[in-house]
Amino acid sequence: MSTLLALTVAGLVTGCIYALTASGLVLTYTTSGIFNFAHGAIGMIAAFFYWQLIEWGVPTLPAFLLAVLVLSPLMGVVVERIMIRRLGNASLEVTLTVTVGLLLLLIAIANTVWDPLTARRVQPFFGSHQVTVGGVILSYHQLVVIAAAVVVPLALWAFLRQARTGVALRAVVDDRELAALTGASPSTVGMIGWAMGAALAGLAGVLLVSQVELNAITLTLLVINGYAAAVMGRLSNLPLTIAGGLLLGVLQSLAIGYVTISWLNQVQTSIPMVFLFVALLIAPPTRLRVGQLAPLLAPRVPSARRSLQSALVFLAIAALVTAILPAGQVASVTHGVAIAIILLSLVPMVGYGSMVSLCQLTFAGIGCVAMAKTGGSVLGLVVAVLAPAAVGLLIALPTMRLRGLYLSLATLAFGYAMDDNFFSNSSVMTQTLGLPVPRPLGIDGPRPYLLFVTAAFTVCALGVLALRRSTFGRRLVALGDSPAGCATIGMGIRSTKLGIFALSAGLAGLGGALMGGQEGVVGYTDFPLLLSLTLLLMAVVWGVRTISGVLLAALFFELIPHLNGQLGPVGNSVLSLLVGLGAVGLGKNQNGIVGTLLQKTSGLTKLPSLPHPRRAADQGDQPVREEVLTGAQS
Amino acid sequence: MLRVENAAVRFGGVQAVNDMSLECPPGRVTGLIGPNGAGKTTLFNIITGLQRPDSGRVLLGDRDLTRLPAQRRARAGLARTFQRLEVFGSLTVRENVLLAAELKRGLSRKGEAATEIADRLLARVGLTALADSQAGALPTGSARLLELARALATDPSALLLDEPGSGLSENESAALGDLLLSLAAEGMSVLLVEHDVELVMRVCQHVYVLDFGELLCEGPPAYVQSDARVQAAYLGAELATA
Repeated sequence: MSTLLALTVAGLVTGCIYALTASGLVLTYTTSGIFNFAHGAIGMIAAFFYWQLIEWGVPTLPAFLLAVLVLSPLMGVVVERIMIRRLGNASLEVTLTVTVGLLLLLIAIANTVWDPLTARRVQPFFGSHQVTVGGVILSYHQLVVIAAAVVVPLALWAFLRQARTGVALRAVVDDRELAALTGASPSTVGMIGWAMGAALAGLAGVLLVSQVELNAITLTLLVINGYAAAVMGRLSNLPLTIAGGLLLGVLQSLAIGYVTISWLNQVQTSIPMVFLFVALLIAPPTRLRVGQLAPLLAPRVPSARRSLQSALVFLAIAALVTAILPAGQVASVTHGVAIAIILLSLVPMVGYGSMVSLCQLTFAGIGCVAMAKTGGSVLGLVVAVLAPAAVGLLIALPTMRLRGLYLSLATLAFGYAMDDNFFSNSSVMTQTLGLPVPRPLGIDGPRPYLLFVTAAFTVCALGVLALRRSTFGRRLVALGDSPAGCATIGMGIRSTKLGIFALSAGLAGLGGALMGGQEGVVGYTDFPLLLSLTLLLMAVVWGVRTISGVLLAALFFELIPHLNGQLGPVGNSVLSLLVGLGAVGLGKNQNGIVGTLLQKTSGLTKLPSLPHPRRAADQGDQPVREEVLTGAQS
Repeated sequence: MLRVENAAVRFGGVQAVNDMSLECPPGRVTGLIGPNGAGKTTLFNIITGLQRPDSGRVLLGDRDLTRLPAQRRARAGLARTFQRLEVFGSLTVRENVLLAAELKRGLSRKGEAATEIADRLLARVGLTALADSQAGALPTGSARLLELARALATDPSALLLDEPGSGLSENESAALGDLLLSLAAEGMSVLLVEHDVELVMRVCQHVYVLDFGELLCEGPPAYVQSDARVQAAYLGAELATA
């Protein structure tokens, strides 16, 4: 049997699993309008649950059915009811953060229930039984996978064509409001979509788990392979999505088969990213959408004078705190303020422009490495900003023609690939010794350095506020609120999007460099992708539209390890609870904690309790037939 | 002069706009009416570049805009408002208009400053008192006026208004009528989609009637109003939706 054939077949089998998980992703996305970043995490929980049942002595078939057809859909329904339903037409940063929060929550639950340090193996179905078909050896397990990948899409197809619920599902996908008028309930359909999507995630998780190790993070990040395939189908076309999954599986298998061992890990994690970027490049441009989002009430932007006054007061307080802070706390506070700079980079992009990067810590890491390599001079600081900004530009470019969600997908895949290929690369830093990072400008002593980092944060914050008051800031906010409105006043949106993404990556790079300067030495696990997600969640929960929101988020983040230490073994569960509450609360109150407080205390708007114009229009004189027409074009 | 020549677009099984032509000369308010779903908004989307037509052309003066993306058409002098609002909800009312004025002015320092243009236009549509409110919190009628002011800030030669009168009180509607007439008198081409028959009769000199994506008839308002086909189309639509 030729190697090529064997690799292709093995790849097709893995591809079948990708195709299954990707179909589930498309199903939830099209029926509810919410992209589920926790899709892989749901599959991960199903896989752990399956392992647990087997461990308890439950036979394979009942264990499989319980994990895939009971637990997974149940998770989908619960998540839809508690977190998703309320999101309605919330903006991208909110919907995205809620499912990212769910992802973190599920990982935390898995790590609490199943100790991550214990190695677990799951046997394939039917053990090592195998058959030879046309010269190719196939295990029974692989046959089950292939059967699932043939039967499930056919069943799905029949369901969507024939069953009453299936037809309602398709109707909602075509046009939510119109389907509602004809008696299909979009919320019921959303729930069914989530249940089915979660079942597919669970199926993929259980099928895959005997092929890879039972590891919460690996299985969770399977979502990246899933959506790389789904992007081939533009997140809506099931046959193309399945084809994408198969192709990805084969490419990955061939690459793994033909590269040398030393490159194995690199190839394994970069293929989905490369695949995704190619899919993004060949995807047809997204049309401008008319009438979508309900903007949140934005906090008032302080005037130049007012922000300067606040900055001076803040610096004075900071100087005082620096002077009296116990020596043991200085390092941790400095670290927190550096994190605050990284979070500050989210304010213009996420808070003003509603574009979401899921790998902001990766950019921080690039900035840190860049400064470490060039030295802590002014030049080093400049490079720490420019290098991540340039990388950010490259990532954002292929997604410019597409909806905002695609940029977020690209950043997650990029962060994942960087984790394995850049930070752990021995030419970047040695795994045992890490990378020494100088303190910029030769500032010595912990307290002066804390003051320096605080001053840097203050200057950057003033810069962000000044940006918001400028034409560019108005462009940015307009872009987040209504791309169609932007086009009709003659505004090109690409330069604004690229500009802010690069700027934000640069600012994160500066934060990373200053953080590295505090640490002295950074290691390859200091900029993990999952921490980017945690930081994003913190920022959005505390209020990503305000400086005070991200500052509090950073300081709270810095407190977590301390809390964790104090609470002992229950710390982890308390934390997951907090993360979960944050994600759920966000669905309910989308302005974040600081935004809500500001709203309550200062009366953000002079026109309280008026309905949003677009909602008001929906209730009023909405022509019915016109809906058909405008709905069909989007 | 804004012209549409033989525009057509089909959405699946529905011929949304079929072989539609119209002319909208400067200095006049041209009406575009028809029952719900007649294709008025789709035609607006075709003209402004948010919907690519299957065939047909859009011309502004001698310039063929058919192949241009929406933002280039706006820079060429087309401005519009939306039936389903597209205000920048997180910006203040003034910032909405200011942004449009800034984009129009670019970097030039000559003439009226962008802030002056914004304040002048807000006064013109009667929103000065709300200038510092967040646009997303405005009631529908005021938000429509804001879209109008924002459109005017791009200094357009042709202005397309999609039901600007809905959500306005009787007085506000009358003021809107005066404003449209004065804009036309300044030499602008105004194309008005409106369900308020009184407003259409008052300000339009020429009216196109659409039904099922096709031109039903055209002419001066009084003529169109007396046309039996027009009455049937509206009556039919009323009965169908009742």
